[in-house]
Amino acid sequence: MSPPSVQSILERDRLQDLFDVLHRRGYTVIGPTVRDRAIVCEALRAASDLPEGWEDVPEAGSYRLRRRPDKALFGFTVPTNSWKEWLHPKRLKLLGAGRDGEGNLHFTPGDDAEPPKLAFLGARSCELHAIAIQDRVFLGGTFVDPHYAKRRANVLIIATNCGRAGGTCFCVSMNTGPSVDGRRTPFDLSLTELLDDSGHRFLLEAGSQTGTALLDELPVREVTTRELRAARTLLDNTASQMGRSLETQGLAETMLQNLDHPRWQQVADRCLNCANCTMVCPTCFCTTVEDVTSLTGDHAERWRRWDSCFNLDFTWMHGGPARQSARSRYRQWLTHKLATWHEQFGSSGCVGCGRCISWCPVGIDLTEEARALRAP
Amino acid sequence: MMPIPWRVAERWDETADTFTVALEPSRPGEPPGFKPGQFNMLYAFGAGESALSISGDPSLPGRRLHTVRKVGTVTSALARLRPGDQVGLRGPFGTSWPMTDLKGRDLIFVAGGIGLAPLRPAIYHALRFRADYGSIRILVGARSPADLLYAAELANWQEIPGVFREVTVDRGTAAWNGHVGVVTKLIPPLPLDPGNSAALICGPEIMMRYTATALREKGLPAAAIHVTMERNMKCALAHCGHCQIGPHFICREGPVYPLDRIAFWLTQREV
Repeated sequence: MSPPSVQSILERDRLQDLFDVLHRRGYTVIGPTVRDRAIVCEALRAASDLPEGWEDVPEAGSYRLRRRPDKALFGFTVPTNSWKEWLHPKRLKLLGAGRDGEGNLHFTPGDDAEPPKLAFLGARSCELHAIAIQDRVFLGGTFVDPHYAKRRANVLIIATNCGRAGGTCFCVSMNTGPSVDGRRTPFDLSLTELLDDSGHRFLLEAGSQTGTALLDELPVREVTTRELRAARTLLDNTASQMGRSLETQGLAETMLQNLDHPRWQQVADRCLNCANCTMVCPTCFCTTVEDVTSLTGDHAERWRRWDSCFNLDFTWMHGGPARQSARSRYRQWLTHKLATWHEQFGSSGCVGCGRCISWCPVGIDLTEEARALRAP
Repeated sequence: MMPIPWRVAERWDETADTFTVALEPSRPGEPPGFKPGQFNMLYAFGAGESALSISGDPSLPGRRLHTVRKVGTVTSALARLRPGDQVGLRGPFGTSWPMTDLKGRDLIFVAGGIGLAPLRPAIYHALRFRADYGSIRILVGARSPADLLYAAELANWQEIPGVFREVTVDRGTAAWNGHVGVVTKLIPPLPLDPGNSAALICGPEIMMRYTATALREKGLPAAAIHVTMERNMKCALAHCGHCQIGPHFICREGPVYPLDRIAFWLTQREV
């Protein structure tokens, strides 16, 4: 069954109505806003929280905000943090354990609260692909992660088409954008921001029954052919603006045939092993566990938190870590992301969002590293 | 996945740094079975969880044996357990030694150090269904005679017709008159029928690599050689990412592999 396709126009000054409708339905709106001179995703109260007139300038090892000449709300590329924060929390209590006087153990579930209903406002096409990838990691294997599953089931997605590409964007290379495609990555509603001489408005398209119901509650009007054409032109322009590119043809094979390439040592000499790239990556999913005990010693808890393959103790076994050198840890990250991920999950682990490039303190660019590995 | 409390029925030392715990379910009902080569996640209260292979008899699922080497926080906490204490148990997880596929074959078990523990359930199985298999050879390498695991049991198995056992140590003692050297040295003089044999190997990666090479030189095909891999594991559900080697989640596609599936990664450094 193909999703219903209903397109309508919502004027900029009625965008608050979308918030109101979502709030009435019990959703917390998670979307972009300006904090600490960066665009981040967090809970928004109103449309006025959106980053009006701001855009980001991501480059290798650099991230700046600057004023736009207009009052666009979605004129930036991707927020610094990704949506995985809400689906795959940074810290999660796995269980509580109690021990009675006889040495008997009692376990209680750690994360048993009903997750809040969240509306993701402004998720880009690359980010929807990242969510689809994590769906395969946590829901598509032998074991289902119940913590992810219940959060995921409570999310409504308002996808946003990109009217501009950043210097670190390469979704075109990864075939993950810039236009959202409901057949590949389902959404409830999609939004394209149109800002020209004729005004400031949003082209909305329903991608699910819920999306259609939302449209019914909004003060929308019919879309004109001119507006549809404007949206198409906008997306074509974005696709031609990619700041980076990555040749994916034969890349996985090339990387696995070059595990001893001298480039690995060269990049390791620059890499600080800070794990920033894995934290900002919307698909990186690794976690570790922490055990804590009460002072009385009769209660313990087990917590899961994000981990990174750049950490030395990530592969710790008796006798030391399996991956001792920085070279082996960078190689693990890049070969996993661009090569072995295909065999594991049927796609690349990279969606071309460029976050790892801009948030690398030394400006390591994975597109450049992948290219260098092709040279003998 | 929540652990289930199991009770320590017995606990004894094996060698200076290894011990065995015998666990039994603390709740009534049929305990889940396990296959030789599988592992459990054992939770020591407040200390954490460790991936530990099962070393007991698969025909006695209600008596779950784990032979453990004291190397870290969790295994040291497990070492302090006394009968009556409880641990949390999740499992069993992972692939197993392909005992059904190996019917009719001569079996060669090669163990390095505590590597004998994950092999023991397969040995129990082969001995229990003795008629299903050809000759059984058990080659064991230990650091010293005192570090030899299950020494009394090895001596008993030797008495069973068609079972052959060889032990070698890295460092002998005055009383030791057996082999000295690495376990791979026991393979070249071994009479074997390469077309009808299968090898089951467990030990450090370098030992498995050299053992596999020695067996290949005797004509054994890679598909007839099975190894069991080890990596840091946090979840055992293929979600935490820690146990990956190349495309493999060792907790799910492993720990037991036919050599041809893992050989490439077994020969790479620091993967």
